[in-house]
Amino acid sequence: METILLKNTDNPNAADIEEYLKAGGYSSLAKALERQPKDVIEEVKNSGLRGRGGAGFPTAMKWNFAVADPKFPKYLICNADEGEPGTFKDRPILEKNPHLLIEGMVISGYALGAEHGYIYLRGEYPDARDILDRAIQQAYAKNYLGDNILGKGVTFTLSVHQGAGAYICGEETALIESIEGKKGQPRNKPPFPVNSGAWAMPTIVNNVETLSNVPYILEAGGKAYSSIGSKDCPGPKLFCVSGCVNKPGVYELPMGTSLKSIIYDYAGGMRNGAKLKAVIPGGISTPVLPADSIDCAMDFVSMPKAGSMLGSGAVIVMDESVCMVKVTYRALKFFEHESCGKCVPCREGTEWLRKILERMERGSGREGDIELLSEVAGIMSGRTFCPLGDGAAGVVLGMLRHFRNEFEEHIKNAKCVFS
Amino acid sequence: MLTAECQEMFNDTVLKEIDEIRGKYPDRKSALLPALYVAQREFGWLSDEAMMSVSRALNLPEAMVRGTASFYSMFRHAPVGRHLIQLCTNVSCMILGAEKLIDFLQSTYGVRPGGTSQDGRFSLVVMECIGACGTAPAMLVNTDFHDNLTETTIEEILERYK
Repeated sequence: METILLKNTDNPNAADIEEYLKAGGYSSLAKALERQPKDVIEEVKNSGLRGRGGAGFPTAMKWNFAVADPKFPKYLICNADEGEPGTFKDRPILEKNPHLLIEGMVISGYALGAEHGYIYLRGEYPDARDILDRAIQQAYAKNYLGDNILGKGVTFTLSVHQGAGAYICGEETALIESIEGKKGQPRNKPPFPVNSGAWAMPTIVNNVETLSNVPYILEAGGKAYSSIGSKDCPGPKLFCVSGCVNKPGVYELPMGTSLKSIIYDYAGGMRNGAKLKAVIPGGISTPVLPADSIDCAMDFVSMPKAGSMLGSGAVIVMDESVCMVKVTYRALKFFEHESCGKCVPCREGTEWLRKILERMERGSGREGDIELLSEVAGIMSGRTFCPLGDGAAGVVLGMLRHFRNEFEEHIKNAKCVFS
Repeated sequence: MLTAECQEMFNDTVLKEIDEIRGKYPDRKSALLPALYVAQREFGWLSDEAMMSVSRALNLPEAMVRGTASFYSMFRHAPVGRHLIQLCTNVSCMILGAEKLIDFLQSTYGVRPGGTSQDGRFSLVVMECIGACGTAPAMLVNTDFHDNLTETTIEEILERYK
């Protein structure tokens, strides 16, 4: 398949604007500015593009909510806070194809009537920071950013806002709090950011990968785009594969490619000929799938039917040597650390789950601990302020559903048989 | 506690830089995270004086500066060694042996998670995911990425940081 998002990224100078222009870059912006903003949104609507941050919300619908709000100014924020463990799919765009993202943001800003954009970049990507800053400077110098872009009277300013190591800031209202200089704690919804987001103005938060699809949609047309991948959620998708495979990495494939195919046809199959045990298909917050359940289409519609979620498309592959109790424990240690502390079920629940899992893994698990894990996770589910707590509970419940025997053995043998 | 004796720590160049950052946002409090980064770059960590300087430069209440600074794990509240090792141990790195590397760093350089080696050369922070899962295990040394780590390569890499 022709790559759209990773186009040209094997060129070591791909991040330079001259290389991007040579490859036809910014021509999509010129086309978009010839059209009315509402026509640009219509094209994106026809494409069927859905947000790539994890929720899969239809992009044009989100945009139309913001456009319908009469308040001005409006803000466009790119969510580049890629913090979901296992996820490294946005990194190649940020580091190797930054102008694709910038072009996507200028087009989107024009469609939305937003004149100011921010890229909320996670603090752990210092290289991307430098690359984006340079790319933005170059785009200003060539008048793809700034005032009167391409002589069309359009304004769009753009700068990078660097996060500082808080996973929760990937949640859009926490991200907005963080841009405003505050602790990254999620806000109550409604009002939604599209009506009252950054500085109480209509704000559209879109993922890096989502915005990077926009230039191609304007170039090739929404209809052509919608013919790629799954019918209900079309387009190319970046899958990042890590763990016990021969060729871990980021793969751009049609949405809906099967999980099995991603692991065996693209990521080179299992390392050292080991036997597959389990896959976390969409980043650590998505429920685990056992080896016999990976014949499923990786898209927003099919994955819930398969018992998990597409999430960020971060595929973590585990072989028979990996202890599921330990993975669950490590995941909960993460969620406990990243819980923002705002709501009780998440703040207390993640700590209790971690404590129980830790003692199990260390060989001090008690009779009744499995039931206790289920109970605590059950109480958290649906009762936390934002999806972080739900995700944490879902990880535990998913592991217990498929690998309960391992938890039982840890208690029975009073040790981890894998270590 | 902060006292009146706390000295303003920013020179004019830094104050000008913070002023330019302010210009990127509709209000001054939004410049707080970048200003804290500037303070951390200048002084290595966020001392009381550093936070007070940020509070003055942006005309924000000290309580807000402290609240924000304490929420984010990349802001440091104690001095660190000459080089900061940030090693990921989250699931993808864990599966491929990151925990052994922690033990190795401890036995070879005498640096524990959250601590600094006695010679002040290295500080070690155990990180949550740093987005290098495809080349795990991985770490940042200061702002340099290093991945596909083994005990052998980690030793070679750290030779470059004296």
